Amino acid sequence: MDLLWQTSAPLAATELRDELAGDPAITTVLTVLSRLEAKGFVTRDRDRRPHLFRASLRRDDYMAQLMYEVLGSAPDREAVLARFVGRASKTEADHLRKLLGA
Amino acid sequence: MTEAIPLGILAVVLAWPVPVALARARWALRMPALAMLCWQAIAVAGGLSMIAALWYLSRGAAVLLALHLLLNLGLTTLGAMRQRRRHLQLVELLSTPMPDRPGTRLIENEAPVAYCLPGAPRSVTVLSDGLLRLLTEDELAAVVAHERAHVTQHHHIVLIAFKAWRTALPWFPIASRAEDAVALLVELLADDDARQVVSDDVLASAVTAVAGADAASVASRVARLTA
Repeated sequence: MDLLWQTSAPLAATELRDELAGDPAITTVLTVLSRLEAKGFVTRDRDRRPHLFRASLRRDDYMAQLMYEVLGSAPDREAVLARFVGRASKTEADHLRKLLGA
Repeated sequence: MTEAIPLGILAVVLAWPVPVALARARWALRMPALAMLCWQAIAVAGGLSMIAALWYLSRGAAVLLALHLLLNLGLTTLGAMRQRRRHLQLVELLSTPMPDRPGTRLIENEAPVAYCLPGAPRSVTVLSDGLLRLLTEDELAAVVAHERAHVTQHHHIVLIAFKAWRTALPWFPIASRAEDAVALLVELLADDDARQVVSDDVLASAVTAVAGADAASVASRVARLTA
């Protein structure tokens, strides 16, 4: 996934395999990619042969999403995760604004 | 028909004066486990007496209320589980497991956060590197012990039940007060668990360090630890 985040151009599975450490089997790479696609993290261009893959969103976007769920004031957040200090402090609120504004 | 009167009185008492008194009770801070038991008893007894009182007036209404409460509990649980699963996917994508702490993952973020994501088969505690920079080794152990306590004491189940109660009965201002009280109580219970591992001072300084400028929201927790 980090590889896809680093390259802006979409990659084929074979190109990804060549870049990955440890020389994984191409079927392994494809399985992982399909799983990431099912979760919406990766988009597949099916019009090309071979299929080209790219990250759906930038890493920063996902991080912002994650932190928003953690720090945001969604009323049902407490049911989803338990934080060490429940309410967002002022510094966290500033941080959140920065994340969302960026 | 006459049976409905005492049941109705019981339902009213459990829906209003009893929870108001419990929310104000000072002893709840000293004995959070007992207070938690009281809240759960009030919620269950209140719901049952409401349904029972209605039963004598109109069976259909009683069944409807019971279904409404159960449906809300189911929907709230499903929604929270779905969100948790999605959040866990994000966490797995963006964090690295901490080799020296099993069940703990580290996210690269400057905001000091620590939280646990309850779930089957295993719960995950998430820490940020902003938090690691802010806390000493002992304080970090306190935070991790606190989060573990949430999981082992199944606090997420209690919180979901009270959240469902609140969404099911939005016209009862007391349901939201109960949810807030229970949210504070689970923190106190988790603090008490962490106190067995680390000293009160260390836990108190960890709480204040993470709370930062907004220390007022954790005043009651810190007061307990430093008393």
